[in-house]
Amino acid sequence: MPAEFAVLLKVTNTAPSPSWNPLDDLALMTQYEFMVHAFQAGTVVAIVAGVIGYFVVMRGSAFAAHALSHIGFAGATGAVVLGVSPVFGLLAFTVGSGAIIGALGNRIRGRDVTIGIVLAWTLGLGVLFISLYTGYATEAYAILFGEILGISDRDVAIVVLAGVPTLLVLALLYRPLLFSSVDENLAAARGVPVTGLSIGFMAVLALAVTEAVQVVGVLLIFALIVTPAAIAVRWTRRPSAAVAVATGLALLFTWIGLSIAFFSPHPVSFFITSLAFGTYLVARIGETVARYMQSLRPADVAPRASTS
Amino acid sequence: MAARDTSPRPAFDAPVLAVTAGLEAVTAVDVAAAYGRRTIWSGATFSIQHGSFLAVLGPNGAGKSTLVKIILGLLQPAAGRLDVLGQRPRRGSSVIGYVPQGMAFDPELSIRGRDFIALGLDGHRWGLPLLSWARPDRKRAITDAIEAVGAAAYADRPMGRLSGGEQQRLLLAQALVGRPRVLLLDEPLSNLDVKNQGTIVGLIGEVARAQSLTVILVAHDVNPLLSLLDLVVYVAHGRVAVGRPQEIITSEALSRIYSAPVDVIKDRRGRIFVVGLDENEVAHPHAG
Repeated sequence: MPAEFAVLLKVTNTAPSPSWNPLDDLALMTQYEFMVHAFQAGTVVAIVAGVIGYFVVMRGSAFAAHALSHIGFAGATGAVVLGVSPVFGLLAFTVGSGAIIGALGNRIRGRDVTIGIVLAWTLGLGVLFISLYTGYATEAYAILFGEILGISDRDVAIVVLAGVPTLLVLALLYRPLLFSSVDENLAAARGVPVTGLSIGFMAVLALAVTEAVQVVGVLLIFALIVTPAAIAVRWTRRPSAAVAVATGLALLFTWIGLSIAFFSPHPVSFFITSLAFGTYLVARIGETVARYMQSLRPADVAPRASTS
Repeated sequence: MAARDTSPRPAFDAPVLAVTAGLEAVTAVDVAAAYGRRTIWSGATFSIQHGSFLAVLGPNGAGKSTLVKIILGLLQPAAGRLDVLGQRPRRGSSVIGYVPQGMAFDPELSIRGRDFIALGLDGHRWGLPLLSWARPDRKRAITDAIEAVGAAAYADRPMGRLSGGEQQRLLLAQALVGRPRVLLLDEPLSNLDVKNQGTIVGLIGEVARAQSLTVILVAHDVNPLLSLLDLVVYVAHGRVAVGRPQEIITSEALSRIYSAPVDVIKDRRGRIFVVGLDENEVAHPHAG
């Protein structure tokens, strides 16, 4: 898709060269208001994405998260056609479909099929909306691939206003959400309102997705929500530590991605997604190597009793 | 009654059905269960003394898990009244420690056994587990539960990587951590091999004795439980029958209760097989 990238290239085509002194480079970047905005919004989005990503991975909702963003694409392009800010269309479509997916529940076997069918239809709608929109195509490409280098201080305020309540709600839901993610039956028997929680979680996820779209766009949402958490659950088995690791990784990917993009002619989204993918790859390979090394060791551990 | 030759049933002849006020773990008076307008079973009247070891038996689909749901307070009886420790069951009550049916953890489930058990303690509470590290009582409760089931060796490993027997022990620890009075286990033996079944049954009996718990265990096969059982609840053909195992698991008693030819067959190792209660067996007497 060369046309899309051409548009994105325009945003960052004046690439200064780095001094390789981190402090000087940081000072240079923060001279530009758009970079300050990018770091501010990116930081909030990364924190929200990292925290919610842990629950997405624990609940096996990665596909639902992915679908939400794509369904949101139709909402965003629809809003553009109507002359409204795409954020509102994005929000309406993701929260609405999130609540419906949540109501379908985690246990229903055909859930992913249903999501896929709705997803395909809404993407079709999105294409229609793009064709109806006669104006400049940048808007649509920004929704698809993110436009963090082009956001205003008003956008930053919106991201913060949406991000802080998202984190507060997640803190409130933390334990019951973890409980029902591990096992819904058990949580229900202990009095956890699992269906309400499922709907609430998808609504919060929809909010987080809408925010993350500002940074990486709907097509690349996995990089910030799913990948850091998928790495974190391989590194630690403690829920609180996994949330912290996922958040830390999302922050690192965003900050480093922004910094590289500032000094290069290529788009931010590419660097963020590549950092995420590369780290995931290293984590998987490291794990396989560690397991192989373990299997090479002589069986010095006594066989476990009473196991099958 | 037949006992397993390896571990004879201890002589326990106290009148378990005696009505002693305040000591009943579960009492049911003419309870009926229904999903919508379809009645599953009715006329269940029984009383279980606290500290009993009880098996809920019966063919698949007869309504064993329905009884479990009513005891947990997840389903209201369609008629009659059922009390747990003298009170109507309340959803999420901490007096019951529960292990659900068919628990199979995702092999990728990346949570330590220790954190899973902690969910049994306060996983239903809202908010963050703030300052949980500064609460020694919480930590001790979790450690006690792990030690009670002998799971210390693998409590810090991810749940998904453990064997079926190990997972079952951690599930039991999760049920015990809130210090319940009643342990409600829905088919805890179904995913285990015979050797693990024996180990887990022995463990449940041991824990129940040490913590003076009432155990209600839903089972498909009575044989692994024979050495521990005080009472049997039979759920079949729309009816619920309760009695001591030696009294109720006989051809005469079951045939009388269910007005159908039921045979209780013992093999030479003392194992019991009940033939004739399963709807499919009645419909296809030559099957199998």
